[in-house]
Amino acid sequence: MPDPLHLAVALDGTGWHPASWRSPNARPGDLFRPGYWTDLVREAEAGTLDFVTIEDALGLQTDRPDGPDERTDHVRGRLDAILIASRVAPLTSHIGLVPTATVTHTEPFHISKAIATLDYVSRGRAGWRVQVSGRAHEAGHFGRRTLPMLSPGSLDSVAATQAVKDLFEEATDYVEVVRRLWDSWEDDAEIRDAATGRFIDRDKLHYIAFDGKYFSVKGPSITPRPPQGQPLVTALAHAPIPYAFAAGSADLAYVTPGDADHARKIVAQIPIPHVFADLVVFLADTEQEARDAKDRLDTLDRTVFTSDAAIFTGTPAQLADLLLDWQSAGLTGFRLRPARLPDDLVAITRGLVPELRRRGAFRSEYEASTLRGLLGLARPANRYEGARVA
Amino acid sequence: MRELGLPKQIHLAAHFPGVNNTTVWSDPKAGSHIEFDSFVKLAQTAERAKFDFFFLAEGLRLREQGGQIYDLDVVGRPDTFTVLAALAAVTTHLGLAGTINSTFNEPYEVARQFASLDHLSDGRAAWNVVTSWDAFTGENFRRGGFLAESDRYTRATQFLATARELFDSWPADAVAADKESGVFLRDGSAGRFQHADQHFDIAGRFNVPRSPQGRPVILQAGDSDGGREFAAATADAIFSRHGTLVEGQKFYADVKRRLPAYGRERDSLKVLPAATFILGDTDADAQEKAAVVRRQQVSGATAIKLLEQLWNRDLSGYDPDGPLPAIDPDVSDSHIAKGRASVRMHRDPIATANEWRARAEAEKLSIRDLIVEVTNRQTFIGAAATIAGEINDLVQQDAADGFILVPHVTPDGLDEFADTVVPLLQERGVFRTEYEGTTLRDHLGLEFPQ
Repeated sequence: MPDPLHLAVALDGTGWHPASWRSPNARPGDLFRPGYWTDLVREAEAGTLDFVTIEDALGLQTDRPDGPDERTDHVRGRLDAILIASRVAPLTSHIGLVPTATVTHTEPFHISKAIATLDYVSRGRAGWRVQVSGRAHEAGHFGRRTLPMLSPGSLDSVAATQAVKDLFEEATDYVEVVRRLWDSWEDDAEIRDAATGRFIDRDKLHYIAFDGKYFSVKGPSITPRPPQGQPLVTALAHAPIPYAFAAGSADLAYVTPGDADHARKIVAQIPIPHVFADLVVFLADTEQEARDAKDRLDTLDRTVFTSDAAIFTGTPAQLADLLLDWQSAGLTGFRLRPARLPDDLVAITRGLVPELRRRGAFRSEYEASTLRGLLGLARPANRYEGARVA
Repeated sequence: MRELGLPKQIHLAAHFPGVNNTTVWSDPKAGSHIEFDSFVKLAQTAERAKFDFFFLAEGLRLREQGGQIYDLDVVGRPDTFTVLAALAAVTTHLGLAGTINSTFNEPYEVARQFASLDHLSDGRAAWNVVTSWDAFTGENFRRGGFLAESDRYTRATQFLATARELFDSWPADAVAADKESGVFLRDGSAGRFQHADQHFDIAGRFNVPRSPQGRPVILQAGDSDGGREFAAATADAIFSRHGTLVEGQKFYADVKRRLPAYGRERDSLKVLPAATFILGDTDADAQEKAAVVRRQQVSGATAIKLLEQLWNRDLSGYDPDGPLPAIDPDVSDSHIAKGRASVRMHRDPIATANEWRARAEAEKLSIRDLIVEVTNRQTFIGAAATIAGEINDLVQQDAADGFILVPHVTPDGLDEFADTVVPLLQERGVFRTEYEGTTLRDHLGLEFPQ
């Protein structure tokens, strides 16, 4: 019997293929309506998946590396991912909700309380995909800093390397501040002591007093410690600098290996509880149908689809074979990116999941009520509790 | 909007109880201030009663007094956007209003959050724009205390103008999503913007298509001359603190007379004072309850802390059941209480202290007795019929267009009002019996922005 796998699905628009919105079952006209997202997350929950991630960015989608384009034939526009997750939370009960939020232009104080509150409204199912933005045009939406233009061709330059280092150094500080703010209230800080008239025991609230190169944050949070204590922090990583960031700051990393050997080498560099591989998936009843589905979309798009993650085309059984093979490289789970929504999501929940269950590799019902619980992570002690006793 | 001779329709909102001593957390019925169930309960009660909207306040730093976190009132609250988006899932018509600060945020991010909330609630979002500027709050943010008090409305005005440009940057019909022709966007430049002023120099593409209300409803709560002018120029509703007939009429007339200068109609700005209420079976019963609630709101410890806010001194050695301090208030610039808007209300502390001493002596009041009297914020006290009558009179006599009700018990404090006062207002034909539209603009009778 293999160890149970963990499965997440990455939701983005109508799916990860740029022409997916033209698929027969796609609902591009509903992308900005709440019911669209509720339907998708409920489908994922019906398949007892660990969690969904929701993509986001502080700029309009673009196919150019260096700024916005004027294309009219791809999906453009999106809703705030944290708000989508909170809108869906009361209508679901077990699945983890992991929105993307960018750290580069935002306030750690705001993101900390937003994810904490998502944890309250979902009763312990919140996570966060930390995203760094090196895009110059997104910096232009804030006007507070200028970023060097980073493009695939210039990534190896000295200036680009330094810029990337700085962005991840800032992200490291940011996550530290967010985590300290989550701990800035001890769990039993609210006392409602009628005798003394005190609502809280202020000795159990803590200034985080973070003073760093990029910002200083005093604390405490305005939001009490969330149900999970520390909601799940996750990050996508493709290279040594982000690997180091994920290893130091995240509970779970998404990586993009090309095969099992590659996965093994990456896993060795990220010694944290969970490393998931990302895969774009086209699923169908036969391998040929899956390939045809991809070809049809490539033809509509007049471009052969490529991705930072490996692209799988085949049957749910073939995908199960691949996941179990890659799992042996040390991966604890997978974040599947459905090429088409809802088609490939439904193939995951109604095809892949039963297949994995038959092989004893995936849960048949939810065994925990929090996201940390589903991932086998304990509720962490509060870092300030020890400090107070000392 | 309204036909001649018909009574004005009343607007009502439910304010989630706040982090001040109006909220009686010691009441046996008082529930959680942070668990989502409490927010659901109050919002669903408000919707059952056909209220216009639910209101959530915000403060971005825990209050302190004498260098310590203030511990006598409710402490702790959720993130505004996140709770409102979740409430959108468990309500269908109720407007969802939240306070968001224009100083420690950036327009691109706030505009996309409100546009998203408006989409996710099918057109029910409202933004109460506040302008705190202090360095104390700034210690939680990247830029620290970067803004001078005198610049706060300039920044707020420019923030809102910038956000409007972003809300308006997508034509309403920009998304075609036509699978056959392959046209997703009708116009490849949708969302393009460029804005430069003293506070913001930004350009690019906004990434949220136009939301159902076009823009969220704008609320404003400032009471200063600058705040009123800001409201007249930009707001759809004012959250005021003038709930009595004479003060209310004065405020109402003052803000409405400012509208023509901005080319606005009288009905395009609603005046909604905050109001508390104590209901009883009879008026006398309600008065008795009110006296009990006042003592709950002002414990001995709270009385000393509130006195310190005027005196600006450590008065922890004083007996709340004893006389007022003989020593005068400290009028230096540094203030004992931090993170509170209300401390600025004491314009002349020495004169106020003298008035309070004189009153305490004349009426034989202890510190606690006096604080109970001078900080009284109970607006409506009486049987349901009395309160319904008072609310209607204030609205028909142009002291208000409605009220933002602040229950003193979380989360059930609105139940009795919903069950007893609302039906009486409906009988009088001055409050809706069913929602006529689906958006908050519909409920408030506001035009949709072009």
